Amino acid sequence: LSTTGACRAIQKLTRVRVVDNSALGNTPYHRPPKCIHVYNKTGVGKVGDKILLAIKGEKKKALIVGHKMPGPTMTPRFDSNNVVLIEDNGNPVGTRIKTPIPYILRQREGEFSKVLAIARNFV
Amino acid sequence: CRASGDGKSEKFQPPPKPVIIDKQKQRAERRFLSPEFIPPRGRTDPLKYYMERKDMIQRRKVFNIPEFYVGHVLAVTTADPYANNKSNRFVGICIQRGGKGLGATFVLRNVIEDQGVEICYELYSPRIQAIEVLKLEKRLDDNLMYLRDALPEYSTFDVNMKPVSRLDHEEVPVNELQVRMKPKPWSKRWERPKYNIKGIKFELPESKMKEAQKWSQPWLEFDMLREYDTSKIEEKIWKEVNEGLKK
Repeated sequence: LSTTGACRAIQKLTRVRVVDNSALGNTPYHRPPKCIHVYNKTGVGKVGDKILLAIKGEKKKALIVGHKMPGPTMTPRFDSNNVVLIEDNGNPVGTRIKTPIPYILRQREGEFSKVLAIARNFV
Repeated sequence: CRASGDGKSEKFQPPPKPVIIDKQKQRAERRFLSPEFIPPRGRTDPLKYYMERKDMIQRRKVFNIPEFYVGHVLAVTTADPYANNKSNRFVGICIQRGGKGLGATFVLRNVIEDQGVEICYELYSPRIQAIEVLKLEKRLDDNLMYLRDALPEYSTFDVNMKPVSRLDHEEVPVNELQVRMKPKPWSKRWERPKYNIKGIKFELPESKMKEAQKWSQPWLEFDMLREYDTSKIEEKIWKEVNEGLKK
């Protein structure tokens, strides 16, 4: 019998925490938002990857802004898997992000400029 | 000019001479050798560690790495190409110091806006621009990883905290804080004797604490093959490092 160790990055069926102030993310529901697909060659999502979330019976795309898995040194590791809801064209659904966002996302300023614009704190 | 009083019997009292605290002497009395200088036990060629130490001394000459232990609150500024002003400041409590030689790391933890953040920094990385010790205090344990399962108030530190001034150059104060934990499940079973944690206030029932003692291995402290006496190695390295830093 062999079992894999805990993945700690984001893959299918991980429960995530929506971090922006959108209505979809903040209204309580009896099931937590879960990842159902990772838009990546490997099925493992790290910071800056897009995923498909199942929230309140709907499918919504989201952007990973922080996970529990330790990454490269000098990058922050968060205590919860954080995610920001996003439309198909990349526009964020919410209007404000209170939780700290890693600076590494600035590298892909072109894709995530609107998300970075609504972010308040950077780490 | 003195209106009343005797001008002649009262001699001019010179101010008390300033006491010069010879910091070098004091530091030599309180030897602190950073743990990453001590080579791990193994069969690698000591030349590798000698060369690493030379590089570490070179780096320390250019950039001052202060003495710090696990439990200190540090502020680290790193060079970041993606941050405004190209530099990024993070304040946090040091929960772990790992690695030997040039790859020595330390993990800082802080809770910002109800979100716990941990960053693992490399001590000798050229990206680090400044390390300031904001609060000096040792804790009862060497590894504060249990702060992840403790209530967030124990890991929150103000980002704009002012450095607490240090009076005694002799001792580092030990904070005997007993941390309260969140309800179980925890990421690790901290009550087990393998972690040997003294800094948690376990509010578990007696039966659970007794059951945890089942996993104790009291023979480990008497195991002679696990002994690694570093006193002589430390003496040599201490001399080497001091000579290197003086040049």
